[in-house]
Amino acid sequence: MSLTMDEPTLVTTRPLLTARDVSKAYGPVQALRGVSATVYPGEVLGIVGESGSGKSTFLRALNLEETPDTGSYTLDLPDVQGNLFDLDRYARRMLCATRIGIVYQNPHLGLLMSHSSSGNVAERLLVAGERRFAVLRDKAQRALEASEFPTERMDAPPAELSGGMQQRVQLAKAIALEPALLLLDEPTTGLDVSVQALVLDTLKRLQQERRITMVIVSHDLGVIRTLSDRVMVMRRGEVVEQGLADQVFQDPQHAYTQQLVHAKL
Amino acid sequence: MTLQSLTRAWEPMSYGFLDASAKREIRRKMLKAIAVPGCQVPYASREVPMARGWGTGGLQISCTLINPRTRIKVIDQGADDSVNAASIRKFLARVSGAPTTNDALEADLIQSRHRVPEEVLREDQVLVLQVPNPEPLRPVQPNMSIARQMHADADYGRMWLQLYEQIVRSGRVMQGASYPSLVNGRFVMTPSPIPRWDVPKLHMARHLTILSAGREKRLHVVPPFTRVEPLVFDDVPYRVEDHGGLTCQRSGARGYFMNEIPQDDGSSIHEVSDSDLGVKTIRRREGEAVAIGATWYENGEMTS
Amino acid sequence: MTRILDVRALSKGFTMHHLDTRMAAFSDISFTLDAGEFLLLKGRNGAGKSTLLRTLYRSYLAASGEILFHGPEGVIDLARAADVDVTYLRRTEIGFVTQFLTARPRVSAEALVAEPLRRSGAPAEAALEQARHWLQAFGVKPELWAAYPTTFSGGEQQKVNLARALILPQRLLLLDEPTASLDVSARAALIDRLAELKAGGTAMIGVFHHPGDVATLIDREIDLTPDAATREDRDDVVV
Repeated sequence: MSLTMDEPTLVTTRPLLTARDVSKAYGPVQALRGVSATVYPGEVLGIVGESGSGKSTFLRALNLEETPDTGSYTLDLPDVQGNLFDLDRYARRMLCATRIGIVYQNPHLGLLMSHSSSGNVAERLLVAGERRFAVLRDKAQRALEASEFPTERMDAPPAELSGGMQQRVQLAKAIALEPALLLLDEPTTGLDVSVQALVLDTLKRLQQERRITMVIVSHDLGVIRTLSDRVMVMRRGEVVEQGLADQVFQDPQHAYTQQLVHAKL
Repeated sequence: MTLQSLTRAWEPMSYGFLDASAKREIRRKMLKAIAVPGCQVPYASREVPMARGWGTGGLQISCTLINPRTRIKVIDQGADDSVNAASIRKFLARVSGAPTTNDALEADLIQSRHRVPEEVLREDQVLVLQVPNPEPLRPVQPNMSIARQMHADADYGRMWLQLYEQIVRSGRVMQGASYPSLVNGRFVMTPSPIPRWDVPKLHMARHLTILSAGREKRLHVVPPFTRVEPLVFDDVPYRVEDHGGLTCQRSGARGYFMNEIPQDDGSSIHEVSDSDLGVKTIRRREGEAVAIGATWYENGEMTS
Repeated sequence: MTRILDVRALSKGFTMHHLDTRMAAFSDISFTLDAGEFLLLKGRNGAGKSTLLRTLYRSYLAASGEILFHGPEGVIDLARAADVDVTYLRRTEIGFVTQFLTARPRVSAEALVAEPLRRSGAPAEAALEQARHWLQAFGVKPELWAAYPTTFSGGEQQKVNLARALILPQRLLLLDEPTASLDVSARAALIDRLAELKAGGTAMIGVFHHPGDVATLIDREIDLTPDAATREDRDDVVV
């Protein structure tokens, strides 16, 4: 299929995220077959694919919620070394709690629904050791503001909020500690179209203003196209194509990608 | 030599009620808990002639530690004369022959439900606290297997979040009794439902505190000279109950933890919760030469 | 002259898997481009003019051939360069101007226009100052500068788009019918700006519906109509 590209020569910064040959089987089902990905600092990688393509499994592996059978995963951060899949539970938890933010499709996975929204955000700061109440309040409020959550409702529990607002709380929680990597798993799926557009706007803004490195998984090509610099197309646990977002959408090489793109346009 | 002479004569009951192997198990678990301050150590928790939840955990520790020379004091919410305290005291004396006392200064072993005496405890004294629920994480993590992992990881973010939530909702920390506290900088424990007033008494104390939950089959320990720090935000100070200015209606004692007694007219009067301190204060007022030890609080302020 | 682009035997076709066919767009194109040169792409509809521009920009992948771009850091083959390198060049060296604006929600027109300057490190106030200058030049009314272009009419959006695309002088500028449906004064402003950039050394390749608009700028032409494109109209370059 597509040409093999040269190694980067102009961009000399090292990739933030490097995953190599990640494979994972659940019993007879091979969920991931040798998936590799590279993400540079400030870059947004979009992963598209239909249900069961392995894209969410891969994202969960990047959030260290899954341990693949084989493969390696490194983050180029000053205090983070080696294959992250080899970390013990404690090291994983600390890494995820402080350096990686995630927004799940299902807010129940990411939020305590009956705690206050600000408390959900503050929890990240508490885990990182912040012990000043006033600072917690202030930082939680600023993170909620950044994700365009109405701060007069900052102490309302997510259970009383709409789906779009819940996603904003998740987002605020994810960015509260200025994570090195932000993972988004179908962040707008299940929302009304108009709400979806608003959440996408917020993500786009954050991306432009803060240059947060992101990996976004979605089956919605529009979402991926709006947000990504680069796109990876997955099918049956494999990467079938990857390239610059405009190239993958305008000049898809693989038969599957063409089918996907044409189905959309 | 006969078999008879080698074995101990049959007795209707072991000394201290519990059989030797049960006591040995508890001794081992106590040593372990002393070695890892604040860490909950599971133990078998035998049957004792009392319903679970009425102090069976404390009772088993007392039965294990007791010997004929141990002077025992038993209190229930500060009082020596409540039915529960009196029954336990009587039981301990009967199964061990140990002398009893109401005076905290004379006691070697103090079994207590939900209070720490006001008089400072010494190196040679042991305080046994009855614990209904030993797991401080239970309100935030109902799955005990996960809670154990959280202790192992010192993952106490949720505990702090609970305090945050209380301040957000009520403007202050609402946790009254059982205020979660960090022991020796490592494990968060529940100090049993003692009031906030009593938690600072455990910090760097000279005495040994053993906290035991019979129903939950766990014990944990605050060894002497060990840090016990209530979880508080740096900018929201820990506050004890506002009893410093109250005066005991019966004894005139002032600046101690009080029981509030509602009156018919809607007002209330106060009585000192540590009943023996009240008794001693009255006796001294009436001219008896009664020894009252140094107290942790003086004029309502904690002395460090 | 400083060489900017050296295109060698470039071919592009599209494989349409669902039809199981391959459609050629252009093949075996070679040309060079120097700093300050303006190259016009000619050819009838479907000859592959826009396709060539997009292939040069890497929105399309070349089937074969080389696109050697001479940048400050050396020569790089855009047909095979790593995605991150292409992204980097797009941000700093290579511009693509279309008639369509990709406006971002809740970003004001002036902020949107100032953005390329901000990214290249200009201070915020100076960048905004310049942005307003170019909005003015392209005829966007001052009361719209702080408004969100998502709400603008097509024509106004196009002006914002041009101001943004042309505010930062780049080494190579690809122009895909930027004048289409532009009013007269905006068109004049566009041509002035292009002339200015050209004089400053920006090399340009353009597709224009009415090449007459930019007649004064054109240095050379390439005709992509299959039978016509055998020779370039310059003696030192062999197609």
